[in-house]
Amino acid sequence: MTLNLTTTAKTFGDGTKALLPTSLKVNTGEIVSLLGPSGCGKTTLLRIIAGLETPDPGGKIWFDSDDVTDLPVERRQVGMVFQSYALFPNMSVRANIGYGLKMKKLPKADIEARVSEVLEMCQLNDYAQRAVTALSGGQRQRVALARAIAPRPRLLLLDEPLSALDAALRETLRDELAILLRKFNITAIFVTHDQNEAMAIADRVAVMSQGEIVQSGTPEELYRKPTSTFVASFVGSAMHLAGEINGSKLQLKGGEVSLPADGTGCEAFVRAENIQINKNGSLSGYVDTVTFLGTHYRVGISGVISEPITSIFSGNKVPKLGEKINLTIEPQSILLLPSKA
Amino acid sequence: MTNRTFVLTCLTPLLIFSLAFLAFPLMRLFLASVEGDNGWAVYLDIIRKPRYINTLVLTVLVSLATTFAALAVSTTAGMFLVRNKFRGRNILLSILTLPLAFPGVVIGFLIILLGGRQGLINQITPGHVVFAYSVLGLFLGYLYFSIPRVLLTVMAAAEKLDPALEEAARTLGANPFRVVVDVILPGLMPSLIASGAIAFATAMGAFGTAFTLATNIDVIPMVIYTEFTLSANIAMAAALSIVLGIVTWILLLIARSLSGTTVAAGG
Repeated sequence: MTLNLTTTAKTFGDGTKALLPTSLKVNTGEIVSLLGPSGCGKTTLLRIIAGLETPDPGGKIWFDSDDVTDLPVERRQVGMVFQSYALFPNMSVRANIGYGLKMKKLPKADIEARVSEVLEMCQLNDYAQRAVTALSGGQRQRVALARAIAPRPRLLLLDEPLSALDAALRETLRDELAILLRKFNITAIFVTHDQNEAMAIADRVAVMSQGEIVQSGTPEELYRKPTSTFVASFVGSAMHLAGEINGSKLQLKGGEVSLPADGTGCEAFVRAENIQINKNGSLSGYVDTVTFLGTHYRVGISGVISEPITSIFSGNKVPKLGEKINLTIEPQSILLLPSKA
Repeated sequence: MTNRTFVLTCLTPLLIFSLAFLAFPLMRLFLASVEGDNGWAVYLDIIRKPRYINTLVLTVLVSLATTFAALAVSTTAGMFLVRNKFRGRNILLSILTLPLAFPGVVIGFLIILLGGRQGLINQITPGHVVFAYSVLGLFLGYLYFSIPRVLLTVMAAAEKLDPALEEAARTLGANPFRVVVDVILPGLMPSLIASGAIAFATAMGAFGTAFTLATNIDVIPMVIYTEFTLSANIAMAAALSIVLGIVTWILLLIARSLSGTTVAAGG
């Protein structure tokens, strides 16, 4: 199913503009992530698509060629996974998963067959008769997902589906979720504030800030070609090199770097892995912190700009604390972006 | 002092309380019921004589009706008050809980002012409408003081309901009615049973309201009172007290077993 959203906005009763007029297209089978910090409007957008919030007049929501803007949530045929999972505590795992099918008034035998199929797909067979209160966080998450997809919704919506889990489990389930979503072969939108989650699961990421989608693209596009300072610092946390631009050179506190020839913006950003420790480098600074992270070291350096910067180091000669070091930044790794409006 | 003796010392107040206020008076009440001229036959009389058995049935029926009506009214009102914030909400809430401040006699008086011979309804309607002294008047009086008790408990529970559960049910295709049946009522059930039990027990034993209203009809607390004061039939009064207690206790026990939690009768 193709989702098409045109100039949809949401203003709350108290005048808060939660969502500015937004358009979004999600193609059949595509998995799109809405990524942004809390309060950026991503959950509001998801809830409008689900039908749990009414958009301001003027907004339109299309499921294929059906205008669903005025269709109540129970008739929209969307599956939704809630942040808290919202499993019915008075029902077993089986009854939870079968609930949507029961609401469709399907024959009992069909319900049983479909529930068994979904249980199998989500590897929940062993827990079918359990009370949902007797499940672990990861199992609950899978039940919530199974319940949402059992009635074969036109669109699957997930609201921070992993945030209720602890960090270690989150990483495992992130990959599991990515595999499951592709197995269901369903159009899906999921909301997250975690860029790793968005990049691991989604085909396309729409980055949101202050009520609007600021950039949308594949994870690679967002990382390599951010179009705004917000996206550059939010996705992959690029650092702002605040300094003075003289022609093709950027003058920083700790030295001078060359700018890329094709840049048009006036704010320079760089990512930690593109700052190399190199004794012939044109920049100099002092080592503040050295953190060993297994595959590499993260080195905190002061004196290059007014704020500390971070470099990734994977060589053998580990810099010492307080040591004066030289750095290079390749011109093509510098992101030149328009300054904030 | 060893740990064991310390625990036993702490249990002493409970023991004294249980003996002095529960076991001893109840035992005395029970003995009083069988010490009369008829002995154990007094209990047989309750079942055999229409005056007693009919009153008992009426008391249970009025109390049950009060309980279910109070649950229905309070659940609807409570859900509305929790879900909607509006001007005057707190004032409305304090008015709804006002009956808690009145003794039963005052509530009976209020019902007379509403449905008595000089009552409001009788004055504004052309016919002769007096219901204060009927079962309806008694039911309204009981309902009046039951609503705030149920309302406050239901509201406390309704505030804790997770709105995401209702939204989940709706995304799965449940219409608003199904949401009430499948999500809201199960979520409120423990508090409905707890507050329903309180409403029922209060109605079964209500005296003040019955004393002002039950001139043409009889409820068990009234019969106990008349047997004791007017007929000096202490054995029957005691036996009726015992039966009233047992019937109430059994019904609360049933309610409690339905909820599966420790909310109603002790047992």
